[in-house]
Amino acid sequence: MRGLSLKHVLILLLAVVLVGLWASQAHAQEPTPIPVTDDQVNAIAKQLYCPVCENVPLDVCGTQACAQWRALIREQLSKGWTEEQIKQYFAEQYGARVLAEPPRQGLNWLVYIVPPVALLLGAYLLFRGLQNWRRLAQEETVALAEAESAEEDKYLKQLEEELKRRGD
Amino acid sequence: MIANLGFGALFITFLVALYGIAAALWGEFKHKPEWVDSARNAMLLTFPLLSVSALSIIYLLVTNHYEVEYVSSVTSRVMPLYLKVTALWGGQAGSLVFWSWLMSSFASAVTLRKWDRDREFLPWVIVVALVTLAFFVGLSLFVENPFNRLWQLAGGQVVEKMFPPRGARLFTPTDGRGLNPLLRHPGMIIHPPMLYLGFVSFVIPYAFAMAALITGRTDDRWIRLTRRWTLWAWLFLSLGLILGARWAYDVLGWGGYWGWDPVEIAAFMPWLTGTAFLHSVMIQEKRGMLKQWNMVLIILTYDLVIFGTFLTRSGVLSSVHAFAQSAIGPLFFAFIGLTFIASMSLLMHRWNDLKAQAAMTSLLSREALFLLNNLLFLGILVVCFWGVIFPLLSELVTGQKVTVGPPFYERATGPLFAALLFLMAVAPLSAWGHSTVKTLGRALWKPAALSVLVVVLALVAGYRNVFALLAFFLIALVVTVTLYEYQRGVRARMKRHKESLGSALVELVRRNRRRYGGYLIHLSVAMLALGIVGIEMFQSETQGTLQIGESLQLGNYSMSYDSLAVFDTPDGRNVARAVVSVYRNGEYVGELHPRRDFFYDSGQPMTIPGVRSTLEDDFYVLLVDWEEISTQSATFKVYHNPLVQWVWLGGIAFIIGTLVAAWPDRERKETVALSARPHAMAAD
Amino acid sequence: MEGLLMNEHQNTPTPVENPQAETQRKVGWGRILAWGALLALLAVLALGLRRTQEGPVQVGDAAPEFTLTTFDGEQINLRDLRGKVVVVNFWASWCKPCEQEAADLEAAWRYYQPRGDVLFLGVNYVDTEPEARAYMQKFDITYPNGADLGTRISQAYRIRGVPETYVIDQEGVLRYAQIGPYSSLAQIQSQVDALLTTSP
Repeated sequence: MRGLSLKHVLILLLAVVLVGLWASQAHAQEPTPIPVTDDQVNAIAKQLYCPVCENVPLDVCGTQACAQWRALIREQLSKGWTEEQIKQYFAEQYGARVLAEPPRQGLNWLVYIVPPVALLLGAYLLFRGLQNWRRLAQEETVALAEAESAEEDKYLKQLEEELKRRGD
Repeated sequence: MIANLGFGALFITFLVALYGIAAALWGEFKHKPEWVDSARNAMLLTFPLLSVSALSIIYLLVTNHYEVEYVSSVTSRVMPLYLKVTALWGGQAGSLVFWSWLMSSFASAVTLRKWDRDREFLPWVIVVALVTLAFFVGLSLFVENPFNRLWQLAGGQVVEKMFPPRGARLFTPTDGRGLNPLLRHPGMIIHPPMLYLGFVSFVIPYAFAMAALITGRTDDRWIRLTRRWTLWAWLFLSLGLILGARWAYDVLGWGGYWGWDPVEIAAFMPWLTGTAFLHSVMIQEKRGMLKQWNMVLIILTYDLVIFGTFLTRSGVLSSVHAFAQSAIGPLFFAFIGLTFIASMSLLMHRWNDLKAQAAMTSLLSREALFLLNNLLFLGILVVCFWGVIFPLLSELVTGQKVTVGPPFYERATGPLFAALLFLMAVAPLSAWGHSTVKTLGRALWKPAALSVLVVVLALVAGYRNVFALLAFFLIALVVTVTLYEYQRGVRARMKRHKESLGSALVELVRRNRRRYGGYLIHLSVAMLALGIVGIEMFQSETQGTLQIGESLQLGNYSMSYDSLAVFDTPDGRNVARAVVSVYRNGEYVGELHPRRDFFYDSGQPMTIPGVRSTLEDDFYVLLVDWEEISTQSATFKVYHNPLVQWVWLGGIAFIIGTLVAAWPDRERKETVALSARPHAMAAD
Repeated sequence: MEGLLMNEHQNTPTPVENPQAETQRKVGWGRILAWGALLALLAVLALGLRRTQEGPVQVGDAAPEFTLTTFDGEQINLRDLRGKVVVVNFWASWCKPCEQEAADLEAAWRYYQPRGDVLFLGVNYVDTEPEARAYMQKFDITYPNGADLGTRISQAYRIRGVPETYVIDQEGVLRYAQIGPYSSLAQIQSQVDALLTTSP
């Protein structure tokens, strides 16, 4: 059992080495890298943030580090990586903060959920408030609408009535 | 020594402010008006004192006193005079003094007004203003002292202290480190002061609101008193934001003007609540409603002002604009906490006194629409606030930093801005108190038809983006409705008073400045929206490396690389300046000079775009890189920014509109004349 | 803050309806909500502030644990290195000041390597692998180096920039934090030697 195992391991090792050699050969013989334009690089760099200078997109960041990262994107593109793969790679290498938005997972969901919930809540409260006011108005049936306070408003009203009379 | 003079003045200001607070409180509680008057004098005294202090800093800056740490950190010998002066607000310590100075000038101005009818407000306005001032002066004195000097100890070590340590000698560096090159731009010279002016002037309405809450005089008196202040505060804040945007467009070299950076948002948040406040106070003035809500808004605005300053200066957030992190964070935090808790307690205390006097009759009335407007502004505020706070929260909870960037804000605020545009089109046509679908519909159909026509034209012109078409519709609606409102008024006046078109327009606006100034602001917002839609939805860019004579194509533009020169300037820059020719549809339209300035003193580069600007579009060229020495080839990044100039035109119209609305009345008689007018009309 | 708006109408005097008790209760809720929101906000700010004020990991505390995958594919866990003095150096190829100390660090490593109870670790902070390898080749760096994946290690040590170096003793306690580059080989040796002599 033991001897067999050793043999096995040796064969396996040999196989791995052979496959590895073949693979690296194949890798070396891979067709010439895909040509990549600056625009393609920038299109992706735009969506990524420089990990060391806060809040600066990678496409406009002037530091040497950023130039290196753009070169990295170019290299990855020339290897045929997709946009998603590149972004994924950057997030893994340099942390989630290189992404323009927090990845949609765990606690980060809060960032997407809270604003609409707050807005809906506000809208609901506003609606309730308005309804209540309206009910009050109907109950009181006092023509409060006529109670204009500012002098300039009297003038305005006059102006508007004037307009109405003239059928404008 | 000038530094000692400045420091002394600052110290005395602090004492005077503390005295003023104490005197005002004593006078109020003991019913001794002479103490309140003394407090008033104390408030007035802070302005000359702070002027001495600020002028001392300017003197030190201009005369190259590099033994003063602040001076050596923000100036250098090669900097021109005007930049040395403006370096007053180029760093943390100086800008705090500058802030206090502006604050004291506003507080003094408000103290000088006639107080006969509102004497009960006076002590409390003084207390609130002086507490705020004392806080900022205290920061300068104890934490961020701009007069700190450099001392060389016996051991050769150099330390930064106000007063000499034992056995130390004054240490004077031969040159300063220079101002951050990003700040060496005309826009940057006016942008921070405008922003600070906006910030400090919001302190005044807040002080009055607090005075109203404390004294229990909770009618709309405080709002009437501070109406103009609020408008001016709002004007400065808006101007600050617009100039900041322009600066970013001209200097930061990323083809845009607004990057949803936390610090930009920090300045934007008080603007949002301030704008909501400006609208909702009208409801209180006209209908006696929303008193509680207005208090909430002014408290929020004030605390967002302080909060914004805190965010930028405490190092809690990292951002391109952030000052170096410093020890002022905890103090700021304590101040925010105290003011927030104090104002909220006061508000709760008076909650029941702030009841509404009127009721709402229609869901389509102007006040209902204003409330909706408030909801939308607050919605945008929540998005902004949450986006700024969330990275902090995430780091605390998960230990991981995240970025909340433009895609988030654009997606979340886009619909809200669109809804605001729609409201802006509808609300002017609705009436106070009562409106129905029928009355509104009747007023709206003509402008709506015109706007649909605009959309059809856009479709014919080849625009297919649904969101852009919707935006065009809304913008057209705002413009037509607003012009319609003007036209209605002008026509009525022309018929009524047999006036010419021009004089009818002038008279109409003059007699109703707040209303027609406001409409002008609406028009300007439509212009801004047009520019924003243009750059947000139709911006395109390309980058390429060109040999001399080669050209790069973008849309119907092309540019060719003519030459590049690298040279030193007397003010300490190494400039690489390219000459490119721009062609539009194959026709030569001009030359642009994108450059890269390298500042020797600070070791920082700056990329200055070459821009050709027309009403239709901007062609924006950046010099990215070039081949050294031979300069045979260079890399350019080119942006095509459609309609972006409308942002700046809108900004100018915005300022004019606000000025029309906020300009002080020439005389009190004006109102008398106004109130007499309706009778004349009625008798007609 | 919307919580406040809610109460706007409920306090309006109404001739009929709205039992007083109900109004009271709702007002109470609005207030609790408003105060809760304010306090929560202040708490987040306070904690965030504390974090920024905290600075790097304190000397004398246990050094944060981490696992570094080296460029050669080896996994190194700090926990497994008890009994050794560990010098953790954060660096990047785009970092100019790092170059000042690179030769000294390598010299120090070669000086201590034969002893076997000192380990130097290079943590490559937000960098690209080809550039990092080129840098290591340039300065002939032979101690284990690896990329700081997802900036987890640098965040654990709350570094403010590169270079920063942390010297951890045999018990896993942080004993020196060097912010900025070392100025000389002697400086590195003095820190390491101090730990080698104090511990048995």
